[in-house]
Parts: sequence; C-alpha cells; structure tokens
Amino acid sequence: MTFSLDLFSNAIVSGILLGGFYCAIAVGITIVFGMLDIVNIAHPAFIMTGGFIAYFANTQFGIDPLAACAIAMIPAYYVGRLLYRFYNVAFEKRGEESLQGLAFFFGLLFIIEVALLLIFGVDYRFVEAPYIGPTIEIGFISIPWRLLIPLVVGLGLVLVIIAFLSRTFIGKAILAVSQDPLALRLVGGSPVKVKEVAFGLSIATAILAGALLIIIQPIEPSFGRDFIGRVFCITVLGGMTSLPGTIVASMILGVSESLTSTFLGPSWSPAIAFGLLLITLAVRPVGIFGR
Amino acid sequence: MTSPSITASGAKARAFLGFPLILLICVVSSAVLYFVLSQLDSSYAFLAAYTVLQFVALATAWNILGGYAGYVNFGVAAFFATGVYTSVIIYKTVQWPLLVTIPIAAAAAGLLGLGMGYLTLRLRGVFFSIATLALAVVLNTIVVNWSFVGGSRGVYVMRPQEIILFSSYERYLFVVMLVLAIGSVLIARAIENSWLGRGLAALKDDEMAAECAGVPSLRMKLIATTISGALLGAAGAPFPFFVTYVDPPTAFSLSIAVNAIAMPLIGGTATWLGPVIGALLLGTFQQIATVTISSALNLLIVGVVLVIFITVAPNGIIGFVKDLREKRR
Repeated sequence: MTFSLDLFSNAIVSGILLGGFYCAIAVGITIVFGMLDIVNIAHPAFIMTGGFIAYFANTQFGIDPLAACAIAMIPAYYVGRLLYRFYNVAFEKRGEESLQGLAFFFGLLFIIEVALLLIFGVDYRFVEAPYIGPTIEIGFISIPWRLLIPLVVGLGLVLVIIAFLSRTFIGKAILAVSQDPLALRLVGGSPVKVKEVAFGLSIATAILAGALLIIIQPIEPSFGRDFIGRVFCITVLGGMTSLPGTIVASMILGVSESLTSTFLGPSWSPAIAFGLLLITLAVRPVGIFGR
Repeated sequence: MTSPSITASGAKARAFLGFPLILLICVVSSAVLYFVLSQLDSSYAFLAAYTVLQFVALATAWNILGGYAGYVNFGVAAFFATGVYTSVIIYKTVQWPLLVTIPIAAAAAGLLGLGMGYLTLRLRGVFFSIATLALAVVLNTIVVNWSFVGGSRGVYVMRPQEIILFSSYERYLFVVMLVLAIGSVLIARAIENSWLGRGLAALKDDEMAAECAGVPSLRMKLIATTISGALLGAAGAPFPFFVTYVDPPTAFSLSIAVNAIAMPLIGGTATWLGPVIGALLLGTFQQIATVTISSALNLLIVGVVLVIFITVAPNGIIGFVKDLREKRR
C-alpha cells in the first residue's frame, strides 16, 4: 500500500479516537488488577454483557445505548460487589487465588460468553442512534461521531475515576489498599470492604464500555476474547496502578492498531496488543508510569 | 538420619517397581479397549474414543505446568494449533508420514513454550497466564493471514488411502492417539517422581523459599513449560487427519482450552491420575452430551461444573476422596 500524508494523518486521528475507547475498557482492569491484584480475566465478558444490554434496550424499547448502560451501571455495581464477596470467601481467604482463582474467572468468562451466545445467537448485533452515521470533516481529516463519542465518554470516565480516587474517602481507601493492605488493617480499615467497592466500580465501567463498543461496531458474543490482550496490555504498559498511564497506554495501543490496520490490513490488528504486551514484559515490566 | 533415607529409597523402589506394573495395566487396558471398539464395528466408536483420548493427552500435558508448578497456561489452543498447523505444513510440502510429523510438531510447540517461558516466566505467574491467553489470539491472527496453510477459509487434508497393519485409517488414528495419551501420562508420572517434580512442587508452595533453598526455579519452570508445550503440540499433530478439514476456529477452539484446564482441576491437579480421571469423565460426558443436547449448551455445562468444582472441591475428585478417607479414619 502506498504511503500518503492524508492516509497517515487519518490513521493517527482514528487511532487517538480508538484510544479514548480503550481507556474505558481498560480502566476497570487498572483498578482491579493493577491496584488490587485481582486477576479478573472475565472483564471483557462484562464488556460484552454491557454491549448486549445496550442492544436489547435499543431494539426493544428504543432507548439510547449510552443511557441504557448508564442506568445498568447501578445494578452492575452491586453484581460486582457480590461477585467480589464470593471470590473473597471462596478463594482469597483460602489463599488459593493464584491457580483456582484464575481458573474461576476463566470459567466465568466462558459461562458468560456461552450464555450470551445462547440468548442472542452468533449473528452480529448493532444499535441505532443519531450519532452513529454522521462524520465531521476538517480538511482531509474525517472524524466519525461514532468514534468521537467513545473518546469523550472514555476520557471522561477515567477523569471522573481519578477525581473519585483522590477526593473521596473511599477512593483514598482504595489507593491505600493498593499501596499497603496490611497498613490499612493496622489503622482499622477493612481491605475486603474497600476491594468490594472497587470491584463493583470496575464492573460498572465494563458495562459502560460495552455501550461504547456497540456504538463503534456491531458485536457478537465471542468478540470479548479479542479484548483480553488489549485490556491487560494497556494496564501493564501504563504501569499497573497509574490512571494517567492507562490513558497514555490506551492512546499508544489505539494509534499502533490504527496504523497497522491502515498499512498492513485490519486482520493483523489483533496481534498488536500482544506484541506490545510481550515487549513491555520483556523490556520494562513496570510499564511507562511504573514506580 | 537413617530413617528418612530408608523411606526415600523405599519410595524410589516402589516407583521403580511401579513402572512395569503401570505399563502392563496400560497395555492390557488398551488391548481390551481396542477389542471392545472393534466388536462395536463402527468408525464412530473409534472417533469418539479418539476425542476422549485427545483430552487425556491435553489435560495431562497441561497439568505438568499448571498442576505441578501452579502456572496457569490459558494458551492450550495455541500449542495445540501449533501442532495442527505444523502437521498441515508438512502435509502440504514434503508429505512425511504421521509418525515422523508428530515429533516435529512436538518440537515446534516445545520451542514455542520455551520462548514464551523465557519472556514471561521471570515475572509473577499471572503475567505468564495473561501472555498465554493473548498468544492464542496472535497465532490465530497469523494463521488467518497465512494463505499457504488455508488462511481463514481453511484447508482440506486427504487421509492416506492405505495404512499397513490396520483395516481403516480411523483405527490407526485411534491407536496413535492412544499411544500419545499413554506416553503423556507416563511422562507426567515420571516427572512427578523425579527431582523436577519435587522442585516444581516446592516452588508452587513458595517460590521465594524454594529459590532460597537452592531450587533453580527458572530453569525448572522452563523445562516444565517446554515439555508441557511439546506434549500439547504432539496431541495436535494427528488432528488434521482426524477432521480432514482444518480452519482457524476449529484449531483454536475455545473448547480445547477450557477442557484442558477444566479436566485436571476437576480430577485433581496434584497427581498424574487427576487429569486422567477428569478427562475420561468429562470427555465421555461430552461425547454423549454433544449427540443428545446442543454443543453450546454442553460447553456451558463444562464451564459451570468447572466453577462449582474449584469452589467446592479445590483439590478435585482425588482430593475430595482423600478427604473423605481421612475423615473416616
């Protein structure tokens, strides 16, 4: 494929837009895996669940996908809290989180995927909203609304979470658990309670990310697997606990994937996240913003 | 000082005596199985038995790293598919017989394991797991874009017309997989009783302590990953001739990864017997369930059973039985 400036700059722009969306899918993993050391590999399955909630609400009741998932975030938060409480009792307390706990989330990922498959089938599903078709043209650069909205929502979500963690009491407690759970216990806090809230929050962000996903492209249940590599790549590359790192890493991944799919073909882009992840693990395991 | 050395040599002697016995049991039960399947006189019986035995091989191979060392490999499908596609490449180029293909496929998958391990095993186990999860996606991407091995459209593989000693190719494939499964189990058993198995068990309990006590943990993990990967690849090599049509969704099927992890965890990960029990139970159940109920639903059942088992009986069927016995005492 020939190299041209407008193709290149369009690829960069859509990469940044894609990166904004990746912020939304990865922020939950940064909280849960980066800060609290819970390896929730079922996170992408919750993203897909969010996507299908948006699809269901949109096709059945004509509700805007973002509004539907914003409402669904509330029950999702409580589902997340319950899930963590179960995980804590069944695995963390017995000290079996490394093998059995991982396998638990793997089984969960699988159960959710097959359940979605049985309910919604293997066809690609999509939603309708006024902002899905149109595009803004600035010179030779085109910005589709269906990518601009996820950028704004994704960045907004991360900024809200940054504010939440630094301003509120429970937010500061989450940061405290991530730094030293034993010290928190010594001053009378309960790491389990705090982790429960953080896990609920993480699942809620996954549901919202699902709405963004189905706005960007049609989805089918097995789609979630492609995001496992991406979310962990972003969290590791961003330095595990750093939320600004998550934003930067999302942008790096978005731009690399966009450039690859423009100049090599879209079928190669799933491999990019893994490549970045492996390079990070081999060269600088603490990530860009790691301490 | 004398008593521990006596018990150690006693255990060694028992392991040494145990080997011919186990081998005898394997040979006799294989002969009986082959005879029974021949009496049934349907190629379906052989194909169903092949699938179950394939799961025995995969579950056992996974358990060498996952069960003994506690490092969870989610990329079973990647190693399996490496074996499958090595076989496809050999079929499309030099057309060597299957028995030559299997060691080459094993070597390819073993090297893949070594490379992956070298990059990620120095970090915490979680990173290895995540990397293997993504590895399947990447290999899938490469195969989809590689038209020589069929790309996303898949490739047809013709079985050889005749095969010496066997009346049909299905029977031949069955015996090949039987030997692979038994071989994997014997290798797993040998590892369990060797310095490698004891070292892996030590680092599974506490890696830092094991390292301090002089266990070369990185080298042991690398050896285990290589052996495990090679056996997973070997189990994949006959697969193209089994299905005769391979495309990325079948070679990288999620059901392979889920089953290879679920079976040892359900059977029990501490010994070689656990994955065998898990694979025989779950594999046979699925052979029946796929015919009677839908295959998607049957995968859902596997997932649910896995979650129930790791929550309620974290040491699998074997651990559960052991607990019951100890309580009775």
